[in-house]
Amino acid sequence: MSTNSSLSNNEIRYLNPPTVDVKKKKYCRFKKAGIKYVDYKDAEFLKKFLNEQGKILPRRLTGTSLKFQHKVSQAIKRARHLALLPYVTDLLK
Amino acid sequence: MLKQYETVFIATPVLSDSQIKEAVKKYRDFITENSGEIVHEESWGLKKLAYPIQKKTTGFYNLIEFKAPPTLIEKLEIQYRRDERVIRYLTFSMDNHAVEYAEKRRNNKNEKKGE
Repeated sequence: MSTNSSLSNNEIRYLNPPTVDVKKKKYCRFKKAGIKYVDYKDAEFLKKFLNEQGKILPRRLTGTSLKFQHKVSQAIKRARHLALLPYVTDLLK
Repeated sequence: MLKQYETVFIATPVLSDSQIKEAVKKYRDFITENSGEIVHEESWGLKKLAYPIQKKTTGFYNLIEFKAPPTLIEKLEIQYRRDERVIRYLTFSMDNHAVEYAEKRRNNKNEKKGE
């Protein structure tokens, strides 16, 4: 990808150099840490997977694998049912 | 065949302490009567709810981990629905990963208490 961008650089004059952010290799924290079970009672841990409004973060941001994303979303929905986590809020963090 | 379950229920904060104990005792006896076996029990006391349930913002959380035949769960949930002291309940069947996790959680909780 970087080769053709250098070609196009010559023709196109950029005001400021295009910043290509280095793509951080995302990893599934569950596989790395060897966690097998996501506990729905542990609200602090589940908060890492919620954004400020209390919505579940997508996999492309958290980088978790599909299997654990299902477990996490299931646990979050159970925690919401038990009012450990809000359904919708502002400034959750 | 006894499967392992975990049930969490929230009691209304309006109740006095003795009524809470009585409610927990009622469910514990209900489980042991119908050939269930209590593995572990916890009460998180009065906790703030993330959103008001039945116009109340706090509730008494109780957790009971038990082994029971699957038929008991239906009866247990009917008890919950009928009992107006309990404003919310969740029963959860634990697979082996969950069982391991629960034991680990209990051990480090005892260690914390032990120190």
